[in-house]
Amino acid sequence: MKRLLALVPAALLSFGLLANEAAPLAEDPVVEQRLVHIAGELRCLVCQNESLAGSQADLAKDLRREVRGLIKEGKSDEEVKDFLVSRYGDFVLYRPQVKPETYLLWGGPFILLVAGIIALVSYLRRRNRLAPDTPLTEEEKKRAADLLKADS
Amino acid sequence: MNKFLLPLGIFIVLVALLAVGLNLNPREVPSPLIGKPAPAFTVPQLHSPEKTFSPQDMLGKVWLFNVWASWCVSCREEHPILVEFARTGMVPIVGLDYKDKREDGQRWLARFGNPYSIVPFDADGRVGIDYGVYGVPETYLIDKAGVIRFKQIGPITPEVLEKKIIPLVQELNK
Repeated sequence: MKRLLALVPAALLSFGLLANEAAPLAEDPVVEQRLVHIAGELRCLVCQNESLAGSQADLAKDLRREVRGLIKEGKSDEEVKDFLVSRYGDFVLYRPQVKPETYLLWGGPFILLVAGIIALVSYLRRRNRLAPDTPLTEEEKKRAADLLKADS
Repeated sequence: MNKFLLPLGIFIVLVALLAVGLNLNPREVPSPLIGKPAPAFTVPQLHSPEKTFSPQDMLGKVWLFNVWASWCVSCREEHPILVEFARTGMVPIVGLDYKDKREDGQRWLARFGNPYSIVPFDADGRVGIDYGVYGVPETYLIDKAGVIRFKQIGPITPEVLEKKIIPLVQELNK
């Protein structure tokens, strides 16, 4: 029994060793964190609805390797994004930059909203004009009552 | 009558927009490299690793830069067209073997024919990244000054060759 107990620390120690062995995946947690942050904002061009961070496509792996390299060289997030945009175009950015070509993209929804409000207001005004609030005359009321009576 | 004209108009505009949108190919992302100098690189050649290739070697010539791989299915579709086009000798075609194994690339060319004047070998895909390659085959037309003038994403079809590449080559060679 004592011998077995003596094995316990050894077993625990070996667990520690195993845990150490898995480490190379995130050899530099700071770099990996920035990689995940940047890659989450970038589109994978092979599976276009996936981000570069989540994609398992070969190209995405290569690009993550490049981005990792750039981060280690001390490039800023903007510089890393510029690196990819200069090669693959604005399409890689999930959040396109605001510049003359993208004004319509950014402003379009607001233009539509304003147009919708104008259309709604003018429609409501016209409808109010079409249905003026004039009460029935005495004669009309009597006719209506007669009609209702005749019906029942 | 007027009541129906407006909804009908909106409907027609919507259908037109959808028709255009659905016919666009989402894989054809416009390349920011067009009109820019072809990125420089130096890589070994497929058949003789001791020799290298660099785009600078082609300065003064109009040339096609085709990116292919033995594992790429659409490259096989494109290949006979390139082989036939190479016979005309109109432009030198440089074929970058992208993320391939040396033996596989060599075997592939031996089997299907080699339309390329030079075959650089990009083992780890770094050159591909510099050229914005995301789906082989891709083909660039580069002018005498080393500027990219046209990019074809996906296989070259006889139509693309006749309507775009050949006229542009003739114009650039003037």
